[in-house]
Formats: sequence, C-alpha cells, structure tokens
Amino acid sequence: MDIIGFLGLGFSVALDPINILYCFIGVLLGTLVGVLPGIGPTATIAMLLPITFSLSPAAALIMLAGIYYGAQYGGSTTAILINLPGESSSAVTAIDGYQMAKQGRAGHALATAALGSFFAGTVGTLLLAFFAPPLARAALNFGAPEYFALIVLGLLVSIALAHGSILKALAMIVLGLLLGMVGQDIYTGTPRFTFGVRELYSGLNFVSVAVGIFGVAEILRNLENEKGRDVMVKSVSNLWLGKEEFKRIIAPVIRGTALGSVLGILPGGGHILASFASYSAEKRLSKNPAEFGHGAIEGVAGPESANNAAAQTSFIPLMTLGIPAHPVMALMVGAFILQGITPGPNVINDQPALFWGIIASMWIGNLLLVMLNLPLIGLWVKMLSIPYRALFPAIVLFACIGCYSINQNIFDVFAIGFFGILGYVLIRLGCEPAPLLLGFVLGPLLEEHLRRAMIISRGDPMIFLERPISATLLGLALLAVLIAILPSIRRKRKEVFVEED
Amino acid sequence: MLAKFSLRDLLAGGIFVLAGAYFALEALNYDVGTPFRMGPGFMPLFLGAVLAALGIGVAGAGWQKPDREKPLPPSWRGIALIIGVVIFFGATIRGLGFVPVVFVAAFASAMASRLNSPLFAALLAVGLTVLCTAIFVIGLGMTVPWFGPWLGQ
Repeated sequence: MDIIGFLGLGFSVALDPINILYCFIGVLLGTLVGVLPGIGPTATIAMLLPITFSLSPAAALIMLAGIYYGAQYGGSTTAILINLPGESSSAVTAIDGYQMAKQGRAGHALATAALGSFFAGTVGTLLLAFFAPPLARAALNFGAPEYFALIVLGLLVSIALAHGSILKALAMIVLGLLLGMVGQDIYTGTPRFTFGVRELYSGLNFVSVAVGIFGVAEILRNLENEKGRDVMVKSVSNLWLGKEEFKRIIAPVIRGTALGSVLGILPGGGHILASFASYSAEKRLSKNPAEFGHGAIEGVAGPESANNAAAQTSFIPLMTLGIPAHPVMALMVGAFILQGITPGPNVINDQPALFWGIIASMWIGNLLLVMLNLPLIGLWVKMLSIPYRALFPAIVLFACIGCYSINQNIFDVFAIGFFGILGYVLIRLGCEPAPLLLGFVLGPLLEEHLRRAMIISRGDPMIFLERPISATLLGLALLAVLIAILPSIRRKRKEVFVEED
Repeated sequence: MLAKFSLRDLLAGGIFVLAGAYFALEALNYDVGTPFRMGPGFMPLFLGAVLAALGIGVAGAGWQKPDREKPLPPSWRGIALIIGVVIFFGATIRGLGFVPVVFVAAFASAMASRLNSPLFAALLAVGLTVLCTAIFVIGLGMTVPWFGPWLGQ
C-alpha cells in the first residue's frame, strides 16, 4: 500500500464515531487544561491514563494525543487574555499577544494564534505521516547497541534544551534512571531496592511518579504564593482578520512551522525552544523591530505556529523508535504499554490501523480545535474566572483515585505523596523535574539494551564505537553536551529561557 | 566558609550524594557480575557512584555564588494537608469506602488554601464527591464500595 492507501485506512479508523468522540473529548480536555494555569498536560495525561485502560487502544491513544496538542492551543488563550501562559511554550505568545489584547485587538490575536496553530498542526502531521514509515524501517535494523546509543542521545539532548544548571539536570536524569531500577531485575528476578515490600516488586508505578512530581509538587509550589488573577478582557469581538493582517502573518506562520517541525523532533521540550527561536527570528527579520513587545501580530503568529508544529513532530521519535522526546511522550509510552503494545518500529507494521488512525485523528483534532476555540471563545473566557483554589482539590482527588484504580494498590497512592514531596523539594532547589521523569521511563530500557549489547560483544565496550550507527549517535550525544557547556551558548540559553522563570 | 556557598546548590548536591550513596551501597548486596554478564547490581552501583559524584559537583558549583534572593516560605499548612490527604486516602479507601474518603479528602485539601473558607470547602467537597462518584464508580465501574466495612456495611 502507498501512503494514500495508508491514510485512507487511518481516516477510516479516525472517522469512526466513537473515535471522533474520544478525539473531541481529548482536545476539549486539552484546551481546558491549557486555558487553566496550574494544570499542565503532563499531570492531566498521567491522571487520565488509568481511565483509558478500559478503552480500545485507538480510542485511548487518540484521546491522549488530543489532550497534548489541545493544550498547546489552549495555552495561547490564557497567554493573550491574562498574560499568564497556561503552558510553558505559550510564554512567548504572552509578550505581544497580551499587548494586542490591551489595545483591544484580542480577537485578532486569538484568531492569529488559532489559524497559525491550525496550519502548523496540519503541516506537522503531514511530516509525521511522510517521515515516520522510512524511519521505522531504518529502525528495524537497530540492535541493542544502537538502541543504547539512541537512549543516551535522547537523555543528553534533553539537558542541552532544559533550562537551569546542566549539572543538576544530569543528576536528575541519573536519579530518574536509578528510580527506574526499583523492582525485580529483568534477567535474574532479584528484587532490587524494594525494602522487602512486595508491592514494589513490579517497580514504582510511573503514574504515581508523574502525578507526584508534576501534579502535587506543582500544587505545593502554587500554595506558596496565592493570589487571584484578573481577566481583563470580558468579551472578545472582531475575530475576523483583515486582508492587511492576513498578509502580515503568512510569512511568520510558514517560518514558524518550519522551525517548529525541525526542533520538535529533538528530545527535551523542543516546542518551548521552537517558540522562543521563532520569536527572535521574527524580531530580527521584521522591518519594524521596535513594534515587538508592543503588540506585533508577527510575534503571535510565528511562535504559536512553531510550538504547534513541534507538538506534532515530537510524535515522530515516539512512533518510530519508541523513544519519548519529553515527559508527555513518556506518558504516551506508558499508555501504549497499558494497552499491551510496545511502542517502536514494529507498531507501524503490526498495527497499521492504530498507527495511521492516530495520525489521521490529528487532522480531525486540529480541525475540531479551530471550531472549539474561535466560536466558543466566550466560554473559555468564562472558564478563566474559575479560581485556582477551587481547582487544586480536584487535582489531588483525581490523582489519588486514578492511581488507586489502576491496580487497587494503596502503595501507588502513598508513592504520590513521596514523589510530591521529593519533587517539591527538588524544584525549590532549582532542579527541573522533566529530566527525572524521562530518566525514570528510559532507565529499564537503557539497562536492558546495555546488558544485551555487552553479552553480544562478550564484555567489550568497544562495540558501541565499532558499529557506525551507534558511534554516530554517541558522537552526537557528546556534541550536545559540549555545546551546552560552551560559554557562549550558555549565555544564549540564559537569554532564551529567562522570560520563562 | 559555609556562607560563601549557595545554600540551594549545597542542599541539592547533598540530596544527590545521599541518594547516590544509598543506591550504590544497596547495590553491593546484589550480584554485580562482570561487564560480559552484568548482574542486577552492576548498573545501580555504577549509576549510584555517578550520581554521588554529580552531587559533589552540584554543591561545588555553588561555591562563591551565595543565593541572592530569598525564596518564598513554603506553605507548611498546604504541605501538611495535601500530603496528609494522600496518605489518608491510601490508608482508609479500603476500610471507609469511596464516598466518605473522597468527601473528607476534598474538604481537607480545599482547606490547604488560605483563601478558602470552611463553608466554601464543604460545598466544594460535596460537589467533588458527587462528581467523582459519578465519574469513577458509576461511569467507569471502579470496584470499590460506596461505604466500607469499617462503617458496618
């Protein structure tokens, strides 16, 4: 079958009424968590994972993917209307978007964000459809050494893109890897680090880890400094863009999409980097750079397109290699495993309906998002007036109930508390939680492939350098660390991430 | 001497050193094996040592860079109530059953915010109990009693 045939198969899955319904629920929830600051897609997807257990694999993954890219849309609404990015990647949108809203052009900013996102999401999905199959075919030739090198690359690139101290990010990765080793050893069955507790033999539940460090720790952080927030714009009108504005946004949208598509594939939050990169590119290319920061429509169009394109292309490493690019994708790995499917190059051949169904659903999801976001903007503005103090008890409850319902295991619930405290303390000490979760998910894979590779080579570590693909991947990993350490790049990183803090 | 260090880096480094040391020492109790046939203790021993070394590096990086800004004080009330709720939920869900546990947990976690009055927390708790029971027990068919054996049901 050619790509048209595969896409036809995908649409026949995605257009199934049940799957459309779950796609709709996904993008609706995604928009909601994107709009409401304090709840991110990571915590939401972690909390909803147990619920998806009872759904069919296609419906479950379509819904979870919808939450993720829906959140990228919703985040921009909050950024524009109250200058408070609901999602870290929308931080840049807030700079000019909020200024536009102040000048009474909120409608134009929202429409630009939605149209740019739609275009970028569509192109990103198309790239996913074209590049995933050949990549997956190449990955079928990967042996244990290549996978080991690939995981090392993924982990190390994620620190180059994270903000803050590189040493701390490295330490967080290693801590995550070690936590991933709790439980029975895969080869010998020896229980490790279990304190003799039977419930820990199967390892720490990663939903508990994710909900603890991304949900509970975030709530504890927000409770430090409680304040209400003002919605300045009570109603939004004038959503239609004029011809003049249309012309102004076309080029930034296309450039943003291109930047985002490339950066999205990189591990460790490429979508955040993409929106910052697009903003500085637009500012540099503009005939009128002084307008930036005072309501330049290009400053909304470029970054919004970039982060949505990146959100789509970050599915490429997951769908072809089974390697998650960032924490949300790590949770998607968990969703695949809960459904009894090991994500990786085999999915595309063994489960073509699932694979193409997910891709086709992204088009439908992006279309649903435009319909949800523009005409219903009034509803989302109302949502913004729900105070955080009424929201976080619901998050705590959903986290506990969700974790308990997976295995009826009260130990999973206690683990949320432990990781909530651990995450809160580490975040306060300036350590980013995302590398820890990435390490936690990849730890068992890393160990398995390392041990297998060493058995193949009879204990000779040179195997990683003798095989060309693994040597290249490890070389790239080294390069990523070197670049991150270089002083000039360090200064740039500081600049890029400064507005986020 | 200590004042010249960044306290945050020192504490973060300390946590990493302790965690690394724990994993490395505990790994010595398992079969370490050889590089050819690695035992269950090989990776944790190696990674634990790396983590401890990184911890020393993190603490050292704070040398002569004392923290400039004072972080906000933690909300002890929030921490106690939220973590308390999680432990309470785990400890009593089997004994008390879904409805009472969710109600108490919702009320207590709402009280973690200084902005919430007891009346608001109670109303929120009622709403959340109804919502969660509808979604999880009725909608998703979660196998948990509405009222547990401790309540004589």
